[in-house]
Amino acid sequence: MGQRLDFERPLQELEDKITELHAFMEEKNVDLSDEVSRLQKRLSKMEGEIYENLTAWNRVQLARHPERPTTSDYIDRIFEDFLELHGDRLFGDDEAIVGGIATFEGQPVTVIGHQRGKDTKENLRRNFGMPHPEGYRKALRLMKQAEKFQRPVIFLLDTKGAFPGKAAEERGQSEAIARNLIEMAGLTVPIICIVIGEGASGGALAIGVGNHVHMLENSWYSVISPEGAAALLWKDSSLAQQAADTMKITAPDLKELNVIDEIIPEVRGGAHRNVEEQSKAIQTALVKSLEELTQLTKEELVNHRYEKYRNIGQYGFVTDTIGLK
Amino acid sequence: MLKDLFNKKKKYATVPSDKIKQDVPEGIMTKCPGCKSIIYTKELEKSHKVCVKCGYHHQMSAPERLKDTLDQGSFRELDAEMISENPLSFPDYVERLEKDQKKSSLNEAVVTGEGTIDGYRTAIAVMDARFRMGSMGSVVGEKITRAIEHAHKEKIPFIIFTASGGARMQEGVLSLMQMAKSSVALKRFSDDGGLFISIMTHPTTGGVSASFASVGDFNFAEPKALIGFAGRRIIEQTIREDLPEDFQTAEFLLHHGQLDRVIHRADMKKTLSQVLMIHGNRGGE
Repeated sequence: MGQRLDFERPLQELEDKITELHAFMEEKNVDLSDEVSRLQKRLSKMEGEIYENLTAWNRVQLARHPERPTTSDYIDRIFEDFLELHGDRLFGDDEAIVGGIATFEGQPVTVIGHQRGKDTKENLRRNFGMPHPEGYRKALRLMKQAEKFQRPVIFLLDTKGAFPGKAAEERGQSEAIARNLIEMAGLTVPIICIVIGEGASGGALAIGVGNHVHMLENSWYSVISPEGAAALLWKDSSLAQQAADTMKITAPDLKELNVIDEIIPEVRGGAHRNVEEQSKAIQTALVKSLEELTQLTKEELVNHRYEKYRNIGQYGFVTDTIGLK
Repeated sequence: MLKDLFNKKKKYATVPSDKIKQDVPEGIMTKCPGCKSIIYTKELEKSHKVCVKCGYHHQMSAPERLKDTLDQGSFRELDAEMISENPLSFPDYVERLEKDQKKSSLNEAVVTGEGTIDGYRTAIAVMDARFRMGSMGSVVGEKITRAIEHAHKEKIPFIIFTASGGARMQEGVLSLMQMAKSSVALKRFSDDGGLFISIMTHPTTGGVSASFASVGDFNFAEPKALIGFAGRRIIEQTIREDLPEDFQTAEFLLHHGQLDRVIHRADMKKTLSQVLMIHGNRGGE
């Protein structure tokens, strides 16, 4: 079942009680099955209440769950013939981003994603999934390669942000992100982006300009992390829970704001509860997206992306303008 | 709608740039943040707001920048009437916008339009750091995108003077998506041979630095301008080391190959004119 989060504690307590009763029944050879089934009913009702009423902060917690599946977990399960490719040909290989070629349902694709580590050692190597410019430039190289050979590109987004460091600035973190936005705008192959965990700021968007953008039910995507927003806006990062709510960062929020296309349902209790089942849900969404997008011509794909982003935003007009002349 | 009847913000209007200058209560003297000398404000204005003693480039408002860059009387503003809404119903956002509208006499953090530089027609966008730190929300993104599309349609170049703390927090993910919005328009413009000149002024950071500002055909900057993706304090906290004094200045970026030139404000118009001349009229005049 994995590590439990604070809001899941009532479930944990009930589960423990059921386990205890089972043990007791066996030990003393008494029949308490009525009591057990009563508790089990209560447990399932409570699960429904908790998981169907997740707060924005609960979803952030799930998106950061230590056992949450990462990009490579999904690549292993959803794609076949994956061959990882390294390096940006300019500076180095950034392991905070993985990418390569593969087949999906028999069709050649390029797949690229942010890659967090599973433990401290791997996280150090992968810089906690926070890319340097060379990571974004590797992604750019691989998407241009995909374009040359006319195969769709699938991006999996999962980052706390582009790395804020001295070396990153020296090598042009801004330019690397900005360049990807421009190049993704013009790519003549289908681009599908899926937020699988955390989607923070330009560091996520740098591989996030797609024809279709989907989010896992318990992922989040925003201009800044809840902690960052709280620190910037209210000078108090402990207000992160409140910021998570105010900033409208969940999948249902982004659907409402017309920023994403589909919410990919998660396994009850979060993707980490059943990676196989979660992978199937992602696969289903990908099949649907690809079916739709592979029917478009190169030009239509670029126009489709143009229209999608051109229309994002909300604004009004003053009525009595004098106007600068 | 009934809601609109009570919407105070709709009463704001833009006013001619000359009037703005009179409205802003400027002191007779200005203290230079560069060398701490006290300068006559009138003198400062005569020298493009650059300190004659130390060369410090004082911040320019959007109207001041337009006046300093374009041929006199050539500016025609676009989309002046566009104003922000509050898409996330963010607490205090409307009040803050109203405060900055009053303070700056602008409707939003960017002024866009078209004008001429030594007779060369160009579309232009100037960000104004006095308005919500020049941050980019839906309106800034939309106005810049429309200015790019105007340049595209008219077959004229697009010039932007950036000054921005980055994406506007109060519009959340919609602000982030303005980076993508302006990018799709720039890509179209660029593919059709459009000329795009980006001039980064103090400060140009975050989501603005990480989108259109950094991908000009020409990337210029003013001396000592702060330009970067992440904030200095965040970087220091992350890597636990002190950063060099010139870190994220225009000169630092030039040294690291991120800029074509650092240009003194007194030479700005001349340089822009030279670039426009070399690229031909592109439908101008």
